Amino acid sequence: MTGQNPNTINKQQIASNTKRYLHLSGLEPLVVTPESNFINVGERTNVSGSRKFLRLIKEGNYEEALEVARHQVEGGAQIIDVNMDDGLIDGKEAMVRYLNLIMAEPDIARVPIMIDSSKWEIIEAALQVVQGKCVVNSISLKEGEEEFIRQARLIRRYGAAVIIMAFDEVGQADNFQRRIEIAKRSYDLLVNKVKFPPEDIIFDLNIFPVATGMEEHRRNAVDFIEATAWVRKNLPYCSVSGGVSNVSFSFRGNTVVREAMHSVFLYHAIKAGMNMGIVNPALLEVYDDIPKDLLEYVEDVILDRKPDATERLLAFAETVTGKSKERKADLGWREEPLQNRITRALVKGIDQFIEEDVEEARQAVPKPIQVIEGHLMEGMNVVGDLFGSGKMFLPQVVKSARVMKKAVAYLLPFIEADKDENARSAGKILMATVKGDVHDIGKNIVSVVLGCNNYEIVDLGVMVPPEKILQTAREENVDMIGLSGLITPSLDEMVFLAKEMERQEFSVPLLIGGATTSKAHTAVKIAPHYNGSVVHVNDASRAVTVVGDLLQEETSDAYKSRIKTEYNDFRKKFLDRAKAKSYLSLEKARTNKLKIDWKPEMICKPKQLGVEVWDDFDLNLLVPYIDWTPFFRSWDLHGKFPDILEDSLVGEQASDLFDDAQEMLKKILEEKWLKGRAVFGLFPANAIDQDDIEVTPLMGSGKPDLSNTKRFLSLRQQGAKKAGVPNIALADFIAPRESGIQDYMGCFCVSAGFGTEEKAKQFEQDHDDYSSIMIKALADRLAEAFAEYLHQQIRLDYWGYAAGEKLGNDQLIKESYQGIRPAPGYPACPDHLEKLTIWELLGVEERIGVSLTESLAMWPAASVSGYYFAHEQSRYFGLGKIKEDQLSDYARRRGISEEEARKWLAPNLAENE
Amino acid sequence: MQSIYEILEKRILVLDGAMGTMLQRYEFTEEDFRGDRFKDWACPLKGNNDLLSITQPEAIENVHRLYLEAGADIIETNTFSGTRIAMADYQMEDLVMELNFESARIAKQVAEEFTLKNPDKPRFVAGSMGPTNKTASMSPDVNDPGFRAISFEELKDAYREQAEGLIKGGADLLLVETVFDTLNAKAALFAIEELKEELQVDIPVMVSGTITDASGRTLSGQTAEAFLISVSHLPLLSVGLNCALGASQLTPHLQVLSDKSDFAVSAHPNAGLPNAFGAYDQTPEQMAEQIKEYLEKGLVNIVGGCCGTTPDHIRAIAELVKEYETRSFFAHQSAN
Repeated sequence: MTGQNPNTINKQQIASNTKRYLHLSGLEPLVVTPESNFINVGERTNVSGSRKFLRLIKEGNYEEALEVARHQVEGGAQIIDVNMDDGLIDGKEAMVRYLNLIMAEPDIARVPIMIDSSKWEIIEAALQVVQGKCVVNSISLKEGEEEFIRQARLIRRYGAAVIIMAFDEVGQADNFQRRIEIAKRSYDLLVNKVKFPPEDIIFDLNIFPVATGMEEHRRNAVDFIEATAWVRKNLPYCSVSGGVSNVSFSFRGNTVVREAMHSVFLYHAIKAGMNMGIVNPALLEVYDDIPKDLLEYVEDVILDRKPDATERLLAFAETVTGKSKERKADLGWREEPLQNRITRALVKGIDQFIEEDVEEARQAVPKPIQVIEGHLMEGMNVVGDLFGSGKMFLPQVVKSARVMKKAVAYLLPFIEADKDENARSAGKILMATVKGDVHDIGKNIVSVVLGCNNYEIVDLGVMVPPEKILQTAREENVDMIGLSGLITPSLDEMVFLAKEMERQEFSVPLLIGGATTSKAHTAVKIAPHYNGSVVHVNDASRAVTVVGDLLQEETSDAYKSRIKTEYNDFRKKFLDRAKAKSYLSLEKARTNKLKIDWKPEMICKPKQLGVEVWDDFDLNLLVPYIDWTPFFRSWDLHGKFPDILEDSLVGEQASDLFDDAQEMLKKILEEKWLKGRAVFGLFPANAIDQDDIEVTPLMGSGKPDLSNTKRFLSLRQQGAKKAGVPNIALADFIAPRESGIQDYMGCFCVSAGFGTEEKAKQFEQDHDDYSSIMIKALADRLAEAFAEYLHQQIRLDYWGYAAGEKLGNDQLIKESYQGIRPAPGYPACPDHLEKLTIWELLGVEERIGVSLTESLAMWPAASVSGYYFAHEQSRYFGLGKIKEDQLSDYARRRGISEEEARKWLAPNLAENE
Repeated sequence: MQSIYEILEKRILVLDGAMGTMLQRYEFTEEDFRGDRFKDWACPLKGNNDLLSITQPEAIENVHRLYLEAGADIIETNTFSGTRIAMADYQMEDLVMELNFESARIAKQVAEEFTLKNPDKPRFVAGSMGPTNKTASMSPDVNDPGFRAISFEELKDAYREQAEGLIKGGADLLLVETVFDTLNAKAALFAIEELKEELQVDIPVMVSGTITDASGRTLSGQTAEAFLISVSHLPLLSVGLNCALGASQLTPHLQVLSDKSDFAVSAHPNAGLPNAFGAYDQTPEQMAEQIKEYLEKGLVNIVGGCCGTTPDHIRAIAELVKEYETRSFFAHQSAN
């Protein structure tokens, strides 16, 4: 080579160096450099590793199987391992079908694929359907050099990287020497004979279990780690990978130990040069967070540092697993000093011995109140600390409160008898669910938690009119008012109350909470009307600190002014952002409606028109339809069911809660605590006047009652959309009258709430708030399940437009069926007034006894109502904000004043400034 | 004769421009397309440009000549649609071998004539292998995203047949171009490797992808870098981009290829973006002005034109590249 300038040579060297990294691609590149962090391979899309995935593939439920991959990528997997090796499925066909489907999902296909199979035929079929550069997992010298070379050549020709298993004609490498011998031999064959680029070689050096009790397994982890270091040093440019969970195989069932083992193993293996692998992030402890004693035992085992390391870890592991069993059986703690017993009873929520312990305490102090101020508060402080630091979870705290209440109830008569001074509480707080709203689970939780923290709670219950709140606040001289609400009209009640507090010259802080409330609404809509402090409290765990900061003299002023500034800034930012949003005029939005090309054959006439009532429905049928995820959310436990039961953080609490829920659910069903009722109807309907739907009820004869038609008013999205995206209103899903096609729609109301209130009251009288909250939460779930069940019956039978549909519960929860059941008050149709039309059309109150409050909340609270739309293009959407032009148009259609319309639609009105 | 690898290290090579644009000027009729040999063919043949290598060979020869006169170092055979997959539209699957052989033969003959006249500027024939009209990574059926209208095996066999015709007809290089689906290109590369092994020949291969729109991705969704990684497993002569966009729109993506690739980099953009009537308005001067940016940034080793370009465009480019040094790259000295 001649005539090259030095620059060229220099650039060549740089270029040739950059090339020696493992390059992979999906739709996007993945380059593994020495600076890259450990590459995490997603492992849930593997039929041999995930029972759920296997089931989905067996059932041919590829749609949900895709969700598994999507979840992995969203969760941070940089490569996804796909394996279809199972005796009962056609692995080749399943692999090709699944990969083809993945390729159609850009948010999954952006990462490279790891084609995982022990069958060459499956590997080759997969290589033929993926455009990016994959990793083949795996080939080895198991069948001899000839086959190894043949496969490696083909992999090269298909353009993939490869994982080489430390396996040869003799068997799997199980010690250091065999690992490095096979690795070296494979590497030399690949690099020298096949001309395989060394940077495209990844070694799987066999991660085997340790602490199995077998002498020859003791060095399994050390050998792997040392072999990794040797390979990275002596076989240039290649990578080392492995399936980490194998190492802890002998501790299956003991999550704590397994998690620690994984992170210790990875910590050392990564240091030695392992740069990618299959790790379940849910089964991984943070290295630094492993308790020192456990860390030492685990490192002894992983690094084979002591001859009896395994025995020692096993013995220690017993104490780690034993914990949960011990709680039920071991009464050793009863031997401890009194204060320890009381604290323990509170922390663990054990009420069995609390009365005898409190009695013992009472006899030990001069005044019974001192038991509360001393023993019990000391215990509750421990609970508060644990809760505050995230080591206890809400369901546990509520159980603690149950013990506390029982103790206090026992002491009260003694205190009354002894009354010469008032018990000093940390502060007095009025709690209320605002007028028109009946939801109180969240409010009760906050009350209980605050009560545990020595605040005196004045709980006015639900549907409390503002006059009563303010009058009580004055009479009781409260230090703070807490308002709760779940439905959207409650937001306006809160605004009204803030205005009244200002007018009546209150100065106590106002707390805002409940599912529909938000910091944004509080800052923008409530806080400006009241000069006192207004704070949004989004969960019960924050309530204690917020209340403390507001009421303690030392912190109060500083905290109040900080909150004011924070909310002012927040409001300013929010309004600036809102301004930037652009809207279409109602007229423009209507021209951009969802245009369905209506054809008569699209419409399925319901098999049964008219209204039907189910009285005393068998709630047992609803159990399979329950969506448990929101149940946990109502207890402030966040995570998807059933994964939440295994969650490393809240899994144990979630499991306990779930057990208690199952127990109560059983009683609800067996002892018929609750009653389910439903009314529903299907009617001829057509869209008219753009956004309205005219519904024709049927007369007794079954003939349409044309003189008595009803009108549903739908609201249209007005936010500016991207090209091709329509501005939807529910009316778009119904054939317009001018199409000349007769369409249909339905509406319904179901309730599982009859009986809830009585039971809840009973529990409260027994000082058992836990059970009181539990029954309400369960009734809510049953009502939702009832709505889901009824919708299915409608689709399959009463309307029958989807008679062939077969869906599992997961799909139901994900709503992967045709047609929707939107509910007034929710994002697609936030207008609660629509409920009045449903009530008229179905005669809801007369027929099943569910009534509407003045804010149009349903009573009993565990009820669901809504409409049915069947068209295949109907879908859930959020209305978003609407402008003044739609507001006045709506007021005209509804026949109410603009002022009144503004009140009902306030949360959906775009800011005018 | 110097190998193309050696020449590429010294200077920028010029690829020719559009074949289709030039053939349109002849305004061939259905009868012209058919010629005598296919006058009774069962289906219409107008539009089957590849067939003109058999029925109107003088026209093809003439276009090649014009581009060589304009200064092209590499001319492309008239075989963009020369696979049995694309030829199925004309029921001409069984003519594929002959079409490719004849097209390569004509191009080679003219190229050798020019090389003979000026041995310091050897001319090369690149066998053009288009993307076919089917895609292996995407479903044509919106209701069944898992469906595929063509398999890897079918593509591989079709490309193998085309490559064999091109090599036997005398092509010096193979150009897998206008790659909108990388999987199609991988099937072509697989076929070429098989063929090289079987025929015991070593023929340099160029790959050129197509970024279809402002998203900066291929039709099958890959970024330029992901595309590069997906085709880098074989010892290519060059990797590059062509078609769909004008020269300036290609610049950022060529930058990626130039930065990340050890192969030579090629570009043959369209003469700007098509106007409302689907025609290309960019003048040779305008196009050259935009290509100047590639040269100033040192992004390319091979540059030419795609849709809408003419011998005048290529002449302007050929004049321009003389003034610039070629991009340095880590050449595979030979593909052995």
